[in-house]
Amino acid sequence: MSHRLSSGGRLINRANPVSFAFNGRTMRGFEGDTLASALLGEDQMLMGRSFKYHRPRGVVASGAEEPNALVGLGRDHSYEPNARATTTELFEGLEAETQNHWPSLEFDIGAINARLSRFLPAGFYYKMFLWPRSFWKHVYEPFIRESAGLGKPPKRRDKDHYEHFNVTTDVLVVGGGIAGLTAAMAAGEAGSQVLLVEQTAHWGGRAPVDGPQIDDMAPNAWVTQVVSALQAMPNVEMRNRCMGAGVYDHGYALLSERISDHAPDKAGPRQRLWKVRAAQIITATGAIERPLSFAGNDLPGVMLASAVRDYIVNFGVAPGKRTVVVTNNDDAYRTALTLKAAGLEVPAILDAREDATGALDEDARAAGIRVITGRGIASVIGKGRVEVVHVCAQDSDGADYEAIEADCVAMSGGWSPVVHLWSHAGGKLTWDEADAHFRPDPDRAPKGASGEVFVRTAGTASGALTTEDALVDANRTGQAAAMALGHKARGPAPRAEPESRQVTAPIWLMPENAPYEKRAKSWLDFQNDVKVSDVELAAQEGYESVEHTKRYTTLGMATDQGKLSNINGLAVLAKSLGVAIPDVGTTTFRPPYTPVPLGAISGEAQGALFQPIRKTPIHDWHEANGAHFEPVGQWRRPYAFPKSGESVEDAVAREVTTTRQSVGLLDASTLGKLIVKGPDAGRFLDMLYTNMMSTLKVGKCRYGLMCSENGFLIDDGVVARIDEHTWLCHTTSGGADSIHGAMEEWLQTEWWDWKVYVANVTEQFAQIGVVGPKAREVLDAVSASFDLSKDGLPFMGWVEGSLGGIPARVFRISFSGELSYEIAVPANHGRAFWDMMLEAGNPHGITPYGTEALHIMRAEKGFIMIGDETDGTVIPQDLGLNWAISKKKDDYLGKRAQMRSHMTDPLRWKLVGLETLDGSVLPDGAYAVDEGDTVNGQRNTQGRVTSSYHSPTLGRGIAMGLVERGPDRMGEVVNFPALDGSPQEARIVSPVFYDPDGEKQNV
Amino acid sequence: MGRYSVFAIAREAFRDHSGWTRAWGNPAPKKRYDAIIIGAGGHGLATAYYLGKNHGLKNVAILEKGWLGGGNTGRNTTIIRSNYLQDPSAAIYEKARGLYEDLSQELNYNVMFSPRGVLMLAQTEHEIRGYKRTAYANALQGVSTEFVGPKRVKELCPIMEIRGPRYPVLGALWQPRGGTARHDAVAWGYARKCSEMGMDVIQQCEVTGVRTERGKVVGVSTTKGDIECAKLGIVVAGHSGHVADMAGFRLPIDSVALQALVSEPVKPCMDVVVMANTVHGYMSQSDKGEMVIGGGTDGFNNYTQRGSFHHIEETVRALCETFPMISRLKMLRQWGGIVDITGDRSPILSKTPVEGVFINCGWGTGGFKAIPGSGWGFAELMAKGESPLTAEFGLDRFREGRFIDESVAAGVAH
Ligand SMILES: Cc1cc2nc3c(=O)[nH]c(=O)nc-3n(C[C@H](O)[C@H](O)[C@H](O)COP(=O)(O)OP(=O)(O)OC[C@H]3O[C@@H](n4cnc5c(N)ncnc54)[C@H](O)[C@@H]3O)c2cc1C
Repeated sequence: MSHRLSSGGRLINRANPVSFAFNGRTMRGFEGDTLASALLGEDQMLMGRSFKYHRPRGVVASGAEEPNALVGLGRDHSYEPNARATTTELFEGLEAETQNHWPSLEFDIGAINARLSRFLPAGFYYKMFLWPRSFWKHVYEPFIRESAGLGKPPKRRDKDHYEHFNVTTDVLVVGGGIAGLTAAMAAGEAGSQVLLVEQTAHWGGRAPVDGPQIDDMAPNAWVTQVVSALQAMPNVEMRNRCMGAGVYDHGYALLSERISDHAPDKAGPRQRLWKVRAAQIITATGAIERPLSFAGNDLPGVMLASAVRDYIVNFGVAPGKRTVVVTNNDDAYRTALTLKAAGLEVPAILDAREDATGALDEDARAAGIRVITGRGIASVIGKGRVEVVHVCAQDSDGADYEAIEADCVAMSGGWSPVVHLWSHAGGKLTWDEADAHFRPDPDRAPKGASGEVFVRTAGTASGALTTEDALVDANRTGQAAAMALGHKARGPAPRAEPESRQVTAPIWLMPENAPYEKRAKSWLDFQNDVKVSDVELAAQEGYESVEHTKRYTTLGMATDQGKLSNINGLAVLAKSLGVAIPDVGTTTFRPPYTPVPLGAISGEAQGALFQPIRKTPIHDWHEANGAHFEPVGQWRRPYAFPKSGESVEDAVAREVTTTRQSVGLLDASTLGKLIVKGPDAGRFLDMLYTNMMSTLKVGKCRYGLMCSENGFLIDDGVVARIDEHTWLCHTTSGGADSIHGAMEEWLQTEWWDWKVYVANVTEQFAQIGVVGPKAREVLDAVSASFDLSKDGLPFMGWVEGSLGGIPARVFRISFSGELSYEIAVPANHGRAFWDMMLEAGNPHGITPYGTEALHIMRAEKGFIMIGDETDGTVIPQDLGLNWAISKKKDDYLGKRAQMRSHMTDPLRWKLVGLETLDGSVLPDGAYAVDEGDTVNGQRNTQGRVTSSYHSPTLGRGIAMGLVERGPDRMGEVVNFPALDGSPQEARIVSPVFYDPDGEKQNV
Repeated sequence: MGRYSVFAIAREAFRDHSGWTRAWGNPAPKKRYDAIIIGAGGHGLATAYYLGKNHGLKNVAILEKGWLGGGNTGRNTTIIRSNYLQDPSAAIYEKARGLYEDLSQELNYNVMFSPRGVLMLAQTEHEIRGYKRTAYANALQGVSTEFVGPKRVKELCPIMEIRGPRYPVLGALWQPRGGTARHDAVAWGYARKCSEMGMDVIQQCEVTGVRTERGKVVGVSTTKGDIECAKLGIVVAGHSGHVADMAGFRLPIDSVALQALVSEPVKPCMDVVVMANTVHGYMSQSDKGEMVIGGGTDGFNNYTQRGSFHHIEETVRALCETFPMISRLKMLRQWGGIVDITGDRSPILSKTPVEGVFINCGWGTGGFKAIPGSGWGFAELMAKGESPLTAEFGLDRFREGRFIDESVAAGVAH
């Protein structure tokens, strides 16, 4: 029986009882408990069900390595599945429910899988469910999915928020045990800036439970003293509840801090993700004890020996009343001694080694504990909990030697340094024979760009298993990190009493010659139900690489990422293959060390903050006047301005008609505006644009095309020459940032010696189009410092001065075919100018119009739109834009590409207008079919619709498209079948549907 | 090598599974093969399989420097779809998708092809137009897709937030018979069959040189010695540039890291695959229960198989926005693979300047879905010198400017 001891428990506060709910039952623990310790205190050993066989499972460990005790925490908006009970700090009102069972934890239908387990060996699903074919999706897969998974998925939006910290530091120390504290102190004393983090709520790691005296003090007292000394150092920052999640290239590290998980009422974010740039990273992450494999090792009550002592010493909880200790090394003897000291029974220590002669062994015998060497466990039997331990000779096939009644087994298979963070960034491992573990190989450390070591290990994480060695190693590592940064470090390591240790016997399976039926009950990966027999089967079937074994059996792929199972699995694989463990190697360690909430990774940027909404200076007016918006990149642009009672389509038609007949107003502020300046600016623009920009006269505008190196048209816009050395390039709204980036890239990588400077001034100006036959009258109604008459400002000219008292640049350009002015004013005058134009236009019935009217009017004129007529595969020549390509220039980006054979192929699809025979609107995106099929049995095509609208001006559907040899086929009728195959015929016509001679824009 | 079936499982259950034999052999290289494939990823293994099955060429070795399936084939997010825009792409991806439908039976190995449906979200007007265009193209290509409205999207995937606020879902391109498969099983299934046909799958055998005589291939040098061959297929994904260099020609390929991650497993909550290009992320749920999430490619070339974390962050952010309920799920594991990206983001299946040497690469971020079709076409190309499936994917297209650009159809190409 598990129970709370009447005294002890260094981390709990017995004066402060805490009540919580477990599967709806109210239970009690103490402040300082973890959920797991509180449950043990209430004799609740059963805490979960395994993944595959739904076996009943108890807690095995006391920390982050726990594979079994996973629960759903909280409810509704704060529900979290798969939380580890061993790292969940208890608080008043905590609600936990167990997972992966139906109907209940104690009785689970899914446990039938366990009975069928002989039919469900590793990889069984690859070999069955093959017939009938349709059954996989409809029968087998749904069934497998339902029985897999662990916790229930959350249903609600997360009520909490998360934040990110970005910090730099000289030295990041991960792990706040005695090694981490020592390393931090050594680096801190040398003057380095240090960030020290610890995943649990407590400093000191295992030493307060296990350690001997340090500097003649009890370990607890020593830790308290060092922590306060570190806290007093201005160059040292410390955080607990902060887990080192990952180490990446160039000293980038990720930390995950829990802020209010243990205190849900606390204000502020739930968790914080730290993104750290550290010049030096020290992993002082300790070691994790390994289980042993024997039949029945997954019964509730079989635990890691170190966990048993943790529960007793830290929480005053006894996992069992009568505990058999089984081990292949010295360490588990401490558990036996701890149990004894707490007044609990230890019927025997089973030491698989032939002889046990260490100091701890003597202590155990002195404490009256029976030590049996050369023995292992033949099997553990019990109904839902350990009841009897059958003992056998280790070098046997499991013949029963003796049966011992017990309710708990404390096992130790040796210790493995936590090498995850070291390995994330490429650090290599070496096999240590004496301690039977992989440890970091300091000669093959993660290195930075210039070959410098940037990750080091300290203490047990280096493989230094005694306190004395760990402190010396940690002091040396802390100093080395500081010295790598040019700091002077000296000073001796803290001293601990030497301990005598004997080697850990490389024993992985009990007994050595266990027959199949025992190996099929000896678990390696508890959560994923991988047994010794499964790994052996993988080897037998040729899945010999560790990665194959892992994937075939799912060993180490559970939520604990194999913290307990990996090395044991490797050992079994090595034995099956008849090779040495280091020849098998490990699988790759992948971040994060323990799972991190997706919300924390996403940080503050959710909901309204997900991405900024870019707003033009006139945005508020649009909103107030009922604009129907569409997202355009990060902007929101008005699609149309429906009046009350008006449909969006009707609004669009009205906007077009009013603009064509009188005058319309367009907020064109999202248009990209790039200033290109410098003595080489003209030369630069001649390379970027297909046409000549260097010869443009000051005061003039020119329409320009930009192509990629591969010749494809990527952007277009009007360029204005501002002065001798300055050009203003307008880009598409979507292209502003990418074209700016492309310009910078060319200037920085290719033409770095050209004297050109580029500035993106898109948001510095509001740009407003006054468009339509009455446009000049509208502008004439306000005072202007310049001449806006037909000859004063001719088409493709621009002037600068003041308009209605506002500083303005007026460009006489047109994207609608109408008389049109685009006026740029400083952004903070934008709204005032807009209002002024509305007022001045009022007598003419001026209408604001949105993007759809803009699109229709340009299509009526046959003007192309980047992204509609172009899609990354279209060159200017396809669009009849040869007039905008300079013949005089030696070169421009894309020129060579456009000379390639396919680009000059006469069969290319080229721009035309398309008119349905009945005046209906051709569907956007439809393809024109041609005779016959392709070699692959697809219909042959000969063109496609690139833009298609109902033209309010012409009262019929109009479309633009790319058609094979299109311009040579005017008047021909082609078929653009509907999705159901029914024909839709359209005639090839000129793409300019309206005012073909351009009379309207030149008035 | 016995057949796999439920009866075989039952038989073995009663003899402690002692009768299962190796899925593939562990042979030493022979002196000479009719054809050698470098790279035992999905594409290399499928090529070998169809060389044997369709063209009777069985004296074949597949050389793998690490463990078979350990490259991108074993690292990808397993999305299978064929709703491509350009004809040559739709042809090869649909061929592959069709082969996936029967692959488990064909290989007698459950590759768990799950045609659960793929939704590609439209969140801007521009995307709506793009996907409608794709639907038109697909109709003529024999690929069945449909543009569906937001209500249908919500029905197909109830955990999605379709109302935004930032980018409401305006519709989606829906391919009902797209889906996922088990990536390892695809490689393993093909390897097992190749082995069964008498081919040699040779692992831990890195090719270190390509030997030619008078412009014609005669063999390769490897870490297990020199091996002769009449034909050589290079199918090494991210390492293509490197191996092509050994054969003395260059490729228009960038090798960059692409990342993915999974959450801890939870009970079923998502039955379809969702790709969201505007916010840039995609997600599905594996049969194990993990949410499988794919990220973006790094902006710089490298070979480390570790990506930059900020891409993970951006993707997760986009998905928390699209699926708010995932916020309290935890990232269990993240990883990267080195993908081979061409100038037009379409693959290369081609003859090369060296006679007898063929190359299959450039699948970049989205080649898992193509494995059976690519193997089919590439085997035909190697056996006969031409194949309708691969005709448009030759190396010469870069010289001629005959690109097959799919970027217009999908920002996220998986
Ligand atoms: C994170 C990520 C997510 C992805 N998601 C998807 C997705 O959802 N859907 C999709 O369709 N695709 C996806 N892909 C892409 C897909 O994984 C690849 O396109 C596909 O797997 C490539 O297969 P392959 O056989 O060409 O390459 P690989 O599987 O990489 O195989 C190449 C093999 O060649 C070997 N090799 C290299 N050099 C040598 C040498 N010198 N000698 C011998 N052997 C050598 C390598 O070791 C490797 O095993 C994704 C990729 C990644 C990285």
